[in-house]
Amino acid sequence: MNKTSLIIQREYVTRVRKKSFIIMTLLTPLLLALIFVVPALVMSNNDKDFKKIAVIEDGGDLFKGVIPDTKDAEFVYLTNTSLSDIKSTFSEKGYYGVLYISDLVTTVPNAVQLISKKQPPIGLLDHISNSLEKEIERQKLLGYNIENLDEILKSINSKVEIQTIKIDEEGKSKKTSTGIAMGLAYISGFLMYMLVFMFGAQVMRGVIEEKTSRIVEVIISSVKPVQLMLGKIIGIALVGLTQFAIWIMLTLAIVAVVQSKILPEKTIEQMQQIPQSLGQAEPSVAGASAGTPAATQMTQLQSLFASAMNQRWGLIIFAFVFYFITGYLLYASLFAAIGSAVDNETETQQFMLPVTIPIILGLIVAMGTMQNPESSISFWFSIIPLTSPIVMVARIPFDVPAWEIALSMALMLVTIVACIWMAAKIYRTGILMYGKKTSYKEIWKWLTYKG
Amino acid sequence: MPLFEAQNVTKRFATQTALDGVSISVPEKSIYGLLGPNGAGKTTLIRIINQITAPDSGRVMLNGRPIKPEDVYKIGYLPEERGLYKKMKVGEQALYLAQLKGLTRAEAMRRLRYWFKKLEITDWWGKKVEELSKGMQQKVQFATTVLHEPQLLIFDEPFTGFDPINVRQIKDEILFLREKGATIIFATHNMGSVEELCDNITLINKAKTILEGRVDTIRQEWAGNEFDVVFDGEVTPSGNAHFSVIRSQFEKGRSNVRIKAADTRDTNEIIRSMTAAGTVIAFNPALPSMNDIFIRVVETKNSEAAKN
Repeated sequence: MNKTSLIIQREYVTRVRKKSFIIMTLLTPLLLALIFVVPALVMSNNDKDFKKIAVIEDGGDLFKGVIPDTKDAEFVYLTNTSLSDIKSTFSEKGYYGVLYISDLVTTVPNAVQLISKKQPPIGLLDHISNSLEKEIERQKLLGYNIENLDEILKSINSKVEIQTIKIDEEGKSKKTSTGIAMGLAYISGFLMYMLVFMFGAQVMRGVIEEKTSRIVEVIISSVKPVQLMLGKIIGIALVGLTQFAIWIMLTLAIVAVVQSKILPEKTIEQMQQIPQSLGQAEPSVAGASAGTPAATQMTQLQSLFASAMNQRWGLIIFAFVFYFITGYLLYASLFAAIGSAVDNETETQQFMLPVTIPIILGLIVAMGTMQNPESSISFWFSIIPLTSPIVMVARIPFDVPAWEIALSMALMLVTIVACIWMAAKIYRTGILMYGKKTSYKEIWKWLTYKG
Repeated sequence: MPLFEAQNVTKRFATQTALDGVSISVPEKSIYGLLGPNGAGKTTLIRIINQITAPDSGRVMLNGRPIKPEDVYKIGYLPEERGLYKKMKVGEQALYLAQLKGLTRAEAMRRLRYWFKKLEITDWWGKKVEELSKGMQQKVQFATTVLHEPQLLIFDEPFTGFDPINVRQIKDEILFLREKGATIIFATHNMGSVEELCDNITLINKAKTILEGRVDTIRQEWAGNEFDVVFDGEVTPSGNAHFSVIRSQFEKGRSNVRIKAADTRDTNEIIRSMTAAGTVIAFNPALPSMNDIFIRVVETKNSEAAKN
């Protein structure tokens, strides 16, 4: 059997059989699933927490019946009760809290208080302040003696949602969602950063292990050092891909099981309806469908889904895989060179800095990219090979001109070849050097050795 | 034809010269000692033989031809800095190393069974390396070094970390391998084992060869003018114009006496004085130990260098 493939096999098998690998592989999807499922559970549990709120107004009854009840809160307007009467006894009387409206409310913004034992949810507060604001506005407008005020108000009650439509060269318009693109950019950029760092560091630790356990000289008397280095890098890449594949499958499986068992059926029905109604959702007029809040929500979901489908998934996946493999190769070879130059992990610090700075810089620029994907910083960082894997995957959901992608990829490939060549030279000398602290000057000498 | 030859090999690193025109010639089926103080250049020479590093100049020949990459299969190397993957199981690891040396898995398995049994380490097959004592690990390494039946075996300090019983066992195995036709290069500081095992030696000091040849010839050359005399019973000869007594020891009914001759051509005169003193059982030139020779040669060279 080919010796490099023997090395790859060993690197792969010993890592995949480790307890820590199995535990990590099984636990991570559980955690990921929790992240998806818990918010859904919290949302579906809201109904149970019904709140009754007492409303007390100082000097007047301007706001009687102004705050409409919602599905999880009821507002009881109490007359002939003062705040001090109920302040200490409201919870015994079955109220969640007391809403106190002072008579200064039309002039002073903070003249409204909600007294409760627990921290009230944001949604409830929004509901109250929206209702009150609207009523105060109405009351103030009343002072201008406008006829049919209520009808006018109803007809001008409007809601604005910005729909972004991109026009490509052929003039075809495409509905996109900046939200989706941002989410994608964030996930891809961060994932890339994590994977490259995690598996790159594993390569480094592997090299140090071989060096400190002194097995390396035995092995390089049978194989070339560059074979050992590449075998390790490829083996660990395969471990990463395996783990990744298992994570995706397990996460999907867990989410599916949990949703079908725990979530109310209504939610699932809603979810199932989305793709069906997708065909009818034409990207012509948006927001036309008024009506029940549920229907509005549905349209929002539909348009979100539609613009998600409008992303160029093929390109995104291809770019992600390309930049993962090349970015990993680039950094793993640098990490391997560092590992070969030191005697133990604590000595890696001085050499880690120049390698970690571009990775972290890449991540920072990638996060900024979401605000402004066309900025010149984003452009340059997505072209320069050390940061391009992270920045380019974050830019691609916002549509990047093909020539930029091609240039970035070509530069990446050239850099990898140069980087592996350089790393192999350092590695070859470094793994046989024991006991003396390595300096940059020393490494430069290793690079210029011939043979 | 020698099995292995290094001709005029020179290797320089950035600041120092590790080997300066060193030549060695290892006859087939012999044990060749590569001696020298720390930092003399032994390890560099061994790495050149293993093609881990390339010489700046000079030729390295195996079987009369310049050495080539495939020749790693014909060489077995036990480095001084040796180790195993600590978390890997012994058997798996031995199989892996054997496969890297070009054996098939099945063949490696068959030979490993034989060697593990011979070295009495079969019980450790399924254990992790970190659970083994240092001596046990060394045995595993020894087995993986010789497993692919290489023509040329290189042992760099093979006895460090072994107890005396295991040292005996490994020595026997090395001699057995030579019987079976292997040629062995043996790098060490342990001069006792050099006298016991080596046929030829090269002594390297400060990147240069300072002594080489057959072990017995070298010892005779360095013998000087001392003789060992054994008498029956307690006898102490008194020195005269021809010789002086260096030391005398009575043990188990015999006297062992070391004398120094004034002139080695006078041996007949000396023997007459001995027979006059008592019953002579043996009269031999005193061979210096390799240890003495090593120290004397290296110190002479170093003081010469200091003078220049």
